[in-house]
Amino acid sequence: MTEKETIISEKQLRKKTIISFSVFIVMLVLAVVAWKWLHKQPDADGALKPLRTVLNNNERIFSNFFSNNHLAKTFPVGATVHKVRVNGSEGMSPDFDASKWKLQVIKSAGDTLFVTLDEIKALPKTEIVFDFKCIEGWSQITHWGGVKFSDFAKKYNLTSQTQMNYVGLITPDKGYYVGIDMPAILHPQTLLCYEMNGKSLPMNQGYPLRLIIPVKYGIKHLKRIGSIFFSNERPADYWYERGYDYYSGL
Amino acid sequence: MKTIVKKHPLAIRWFHWINFPVLAVMIWSGLLIYWANDIYRVGWGDKTVLKFFPDSFNKALNIPFRLAEGMSLHFFFMWFFAINGFLYVLYLFISGEWRLIFPNKKSLKESWQVVLHDLHIKKRMPPQKKYNAAQRIAYTGVIFMGIGSLLTGLAIYKPVQFNFLCNLLGGYEWARAEHFILTILFTLFFLVHIIQVIIAGWNNFRGIVTGFEVKPPTPPPVGEGTMEVHPLNELKK
Repeated sequence: MTEKETIISEKQLRKKTIISFSVFIVMLVLAVVAWKWLHKQPDADGALKPLRTVLNNNERIFSNFFSNNHLAKTFPVGATVHKVRVNGSEGMSPDFDASKWKLQVIKSAGDTLFVTLDEIKALPKTEIVFDFKCIEGWSQITHWGGVKFSDFAKKYNLTSQTQMNYVGLITPDKGYYVGIDMPAILHPQTLLCYEMNGKSLPMNQGYPLRLIIPVKYGIKHLKRIGSIFFSNERPADYWYERGYDYYSGL
Repeated sequence: MKTIVKKHPLAIRWFHWINFPVLAVMIWSGLLIYWANDIYRVGWGDKTVLKFFPDSFNKALNIPFRLAEGMSLHFFFMWFFAINGFLYVLYLFISGEWRLIFPNKKSLKESWQVVLHDLHIKKRMPPQKKYNAAQRIAYTGVIFMGIGSLLTGLAIYKPVQFNFLCNLLGGYEWARAEHFILTILFTLFFLVHIIQVIIAGWNNFRGIVTGFEVKPPTPPPVGEGTMEVHPLNELKK
């Protein structure tokens, strides 16, 4: 480099250096202070408040990319894994009596619909083989069968309910619960699922009925659905309360 | 009296020093996330030479069971990393600084000579402008690594909405592995960078803070870089 040469005295050189490094050190200290400040912020559902705010804003930004035409990649049945992973047993109390089970759909306060497994099975069946993605970072190609939530909603005339912003799903023992934005639950790959690998759902995979929602991480695929309700506010969500992103969309 | 030469424009110094802590937080939060499914290793079959990461490493840094925290940090600081990186690249193009950083047609050949020189095998360095050929390749490579981290990151962040990108990168699991490998490359770059900065000394380091370098008081001694005119070489002619 030959351009922009300047001749200065030793004193000027020292002065220039000290000024620059003073700014540098001040910025360094500010960065450390900002980091410490961040970690002193109040907790907002398990996440530091500024981080929670950004997670919510990320949802606003990335939900713009959401489309019913964007489908999770599907695979041939032969690509499925031999051993389907079981992750988590929250909401799966051992005293569950499957013979008495009916799906409760709370249409509005005091207006609850009860649907049996046979009635659900009588609806048009959809199968999907997709890469199930856990928020922990692993994924498995798995095979599920059930009725599209959108078909179910059509059949039971949930038109006004599906105009709302969110759906809440709760296990019969109320031990596990998720909230899902309406576009995701109405996505054409979202199933009320009663089959895995062409057979009835195993108990530890959520027999008699679970949610399969390929546009979300596994934490939203609630096993053993007890009741479903609709809301304009975010329904309570088990992992959201423990610091995870509410949206958890893929 | 001293002669000072302008080296790093103010904008580049800011981009550099903003990127440093932001990238550090991205790698740190990435470690917290990766731990939840730490499947990568160097090895073959059942033989593992190096596990990413050894339990002692995780334990020493208190990494386990902080997935939610890691994700919230990662998806907060990703914006700073992306925006700072984008502005940096934009600045390179607008200011013309890219000419001093991007490799030219001589760079590949010259970079080998730089490596030989740095390893004390060769005494002479090829003539250079702001950066030598090896630096050009490394600093341009790191820009592409940054772009790669953003793309592989987006592919595993929203694999369904950006399924085209995810498929292009070889699918969800490959994209995750690529994201991880890029992070390892960043840390290797960082190590070499630090060593080189230490070797280069104070005048060079001051440059990335103040923007200028002090020119050596006397022209470089003639003894350096005169191997070609050594009597023995003359005899060979």
